[in-house]
Amino acid sequence: MSKPKLALYWAASCGGCEVTVLDLAEKILDVAGFFDIVFWPCAMDFKYKDVEAMADGTIDLCLFNGAIRNSENESMAHLMRRKAKVLVAFGSCAMDGCIQGLANLTTREEILESSYQQTPSTVNPERTRPLPLVAAPEGDLDIPEFYDSVRTLAQVVPVDYFIPGCPPQSAQVLTVISAIMQGAVLPPVGSVIGAGEKTCCEECGRPRKEKHLKRFYRVWEAETNPEECLLDQGVICMGPATRSGCGALCVKANMPCRGCYGAAPNVIDQGAKMVSAIGSVIDFQDPAEIDSALDQIADPVGTFYRFSVPNSMLQHKQSSA
Amino acid sequence: MEMNSKTFEPRIIGFLCNWCSYTGADLAGTSRMKSAPNLRIIRLMCSGRVDPSFILRAFQLGADGILVLGCHPGDCHYQEGNFKALKRILRDFGVDERRLRLEWVSAAEGEKFAKVANEFTEEVRALGPLHLETNVLSQSLGGELETQEVAA
Repeated sequence: MSKPKLALYWAASCGGCEVTVLDLAEKILDVAGFFDIVFWPCAMDFKYKDVEAMADGTIDLCLFNGAIRNSENESMAHLMRRKAKVLVAFGSCAMDGCIQGLANLTTREEILESSYQQTPSTVNPERTRPLPLVAAPEGDLDIPEFYDSVRTLAQVVPVDYFIPGCPPQSAQVLTVISAIMQGAVLPPVGSVIGAGEKTCCEECGRPRKEKHLKRFYRVWEAETNPEECLLDQGVICMGPATRSGCGALCVKANMPCRGCYGAAPNVIDQGAKMVSAIGSVIDFQDPAEIDSALDQIADPVGTFYRFSVPNSMLQHKQSSA
Repeated sequence: MEMNSKTFEPRIIGFLCNWCSYTGADLAGTSRMKSAPNLRIIRLMCSGRVDPSFILRAFQLGADGILVLGCHPGDCHYQEGNFKALKRILRDFGVDERRLRLEWVSAAEGEKFAKVANEFTEEVRALGPLHLETNVLSQSLGGELETQEVAA
């Protein structure tokens, strides 16, 4: 019997998810021995046409990292969906949109204006902009079209499973891949795998008190006690709204959870959950005092939805609402 | 749906607590006060039950404005911090924060209920329809949103 076929692809991502796969260390040899790796642009020399030439459904498992930012990402999402039996949104970008999803709080025009006009190092009096198609003497030159919004993989094609994290933790990935290699029965389609079923707070282990907060601190403003809940100390920690699975790595380094494992189970909007968590612990009755406490939270959307703007209920900045 | 401001009938969702505001709305009805029919009331045991995600979901599903009515401060368990933090989120997402209003209406304040419902309806009518650009949702819900007309 031939080996099961594995593909890994990166769309709009930073490469951290690829590093997670490499972090499997010597176990990657077992993976390479068990699977026939048929496509992995980051590490091996395959071309898109190699994938296009495969029959539909040839690939047994595709780990797709990265969000959908441009037309190349989108066409590859459709291609990998067609060729793969099981398509996994691998990592926060593919699952929730992640950091570049914050670009949904601006428009494409604002981004292009900033990148090609406003940056101090830019000199562009002709207001040159990248064009999807340019006629050159050598022939037509084309680049992918930059979209107005960042989308998650599941907003573009049906996705079988989701592995959260920025990046997913290697140990979690290994658990998933080992289970597949041992022939485990796959969970229901749509499941989040390689993660926990509670909030990050459950893995943190710091004792929590009833919270009464009168002010918030940014990380650099507070000298925090590593034995106490960071939120109790007024540092915005996304733990209460975030899925477990990472082992509370950031908190163990005395940094607040930033929310990369996405919304906790049964939470449909990570930021709304955090609004609820923060709003109810502010220990003021006077509206002006509540406002002054909230003023200490710099960039509430960027903090509460740092990894999940595209997968939130509002998805992107509304132009006329 | 007609979109000009004269004929636009905003869809407004009201989250009312059972003990004060819903009773106040009842009083407005039994006292035969007129209030805008645009307000669809969802009765809760306490306005403290209003999770921020309910409000975002209501906007997502086609509400043009949302009223949260609770007992007066001191009698109410709604956390104003929630409401104020959520307004900041709406603002940063480009949704006019006037589309969300929190008011205190006691069981004895039928008149205030009618006044708030009417004023808010007119304010949202002036703001116009909320066209949330949530392309993904409109795909998954098919054309359902377009069929939910407000009875004029």
